[in-house]
Amino acid sequence: MYTQSFSVADAPGQKPAAPTLSTENPQLMAAFDARIDADGRIEPQDWMPEAYRKTLVRQISQHAHSEIVGMLPEGNWISRAPSLKRKAILIAKVQDEGGHGLYLYSAAETLGTSRDQMLEGLHSGRAKYSSIFNYPTLTWADVGVIGWLVDGAAIMNQIPLCRCSYGPYARAMVRVCKEESFHQRQGYEALLVMMQGTEAQKAMVQDAVNRWWWKCLAMFGPPDADSPNSAQGMRWGIKRISNDDLRQKFVDATVPQAQVLGITLPDPDLKWNEARQHYDYGQIDWAEFWNTVEGNGPCNKERLSTRVKAHNDGQWVRDAALAYTRKQQQRAQKEAA
Amino acid sequence: MTTPALKEWPLWEVFVRSKQGLEHKHCGSLHAADAAQALHMARDVYTRRQEGVSIWVVPSASITASNPDDKGELFDPAADKIYRHPTFYEIPEEVGHM
Repeated sequence: MYTQSFSVADAPGQKPAAPTLSTENPQLMAAFDARIDADGRIEPQDWMPEAYRKTLVRQISQHAHSEIVGMLPEGNWISRAPSLKRKAILIAKVQDEGGHGLYLYSAAETLGTSRDQMLEGLHSGRAKYSSIFNYPTLTWADVGVIGWLVDGAAIMNQIPLCRCSYGPYARAMVRVCKEESFHQRQGYEALLVMMQGTEAQKAMVQDAVNRWWWKCLAMFGPPDADSPNSAQGMRWGIKRISNDDLRQKFVDATVPQAQVLGITLPDPDLKWNEARQHYDYGQIDWAEFWNTVEGNGPCNKERLSTRVKAHNDGQWVRDAALAYTRKQQQRAQKEAA
Repeated sequence: MTTPALKEWPLWEVFVRSKQGLEHKHCGSLHAADAAQALHMARDVYTRRQEGVSIWVVPSASITASNPDDKGELFDPAADKIYRHPTFYEIPEEVGHM
């Protein structure tokens, strides 16, 4: 399961801008704010400000798209998994990601957007998905590292989303988080096995960690100071923990895991800070991150075209299912007549 | 009756009984062309880890829901009827559990 903890603007080349609230009915707005302040939950039929609805539709649909596109980098390795056991595990994981996408699309639909609209947004390139999937999976170690680090970072993001103020999103997240722990553990365990192998296998794990580490840190989104939407998301109870705080939690949790695994995290500035009681870490390359968000990463075009092709190749199945349903309905009508 | 011209598959609500003896509980929704397909898909989407022993699927359009604007008049009248709860009544200690 995958999300970036922030919601990027869907129009390309635009950083998020704070939504305006001025046009809403002040009485309804006050009741809404009071419910949020009391840590209450908002359900689909409740009144909500348009900006809250829009923010949620964008965030949940981007999250759903990320699950669906997230099947691609790992799906590439199903036919090349090193054993039947690993292949079965990987199929189960990829199937979970598809399921997570469906939970999330359903949650977004409760806000009045249709599945067709959302898919159209993804397939036209207008809607974003997590940038982490615009990097290639070059070796089998990448599959392990995705489970350990990418899913690990996603779990950090998603646990606080289980307490999101919008009921359907929070409930979808509870279901997702229950299934997610298997994803991270299977990845870490696959790496542990490789680290007991040959020098070449160990080097492969280190190489994969070197390529993914910084991308995973960027998954938490820009530093709090450069994240204009975060404050509004926090105010609305959509976001519970800031980008930088989540990133710090992830670093602190991951360093000891890397030591047990026997690999080095590729950051010369990474060291324990006794005063802060946290690990310090180096500078993230945000220019590279935004460049990938804006469509110029190594795999953006390949991922999108693979996704669109998969959807188009499935058109005959959807058509056949509808044709079958119509035929059954007509037959039933004839028998009734 | 006419056959609806569907661009999208209709929406279904999914209810799962987690084990014999428990009630079916709402767990989410999905799109499917018909009831049989909705059941198959609910199996794959919502019970990949033995979460259920029985599934109901209901067309979402068939559900009639109370209006959240009526919440006050529907549910508030119960708030001042505390005598409907067993804790309203004081029973002497020596009676024990009742």
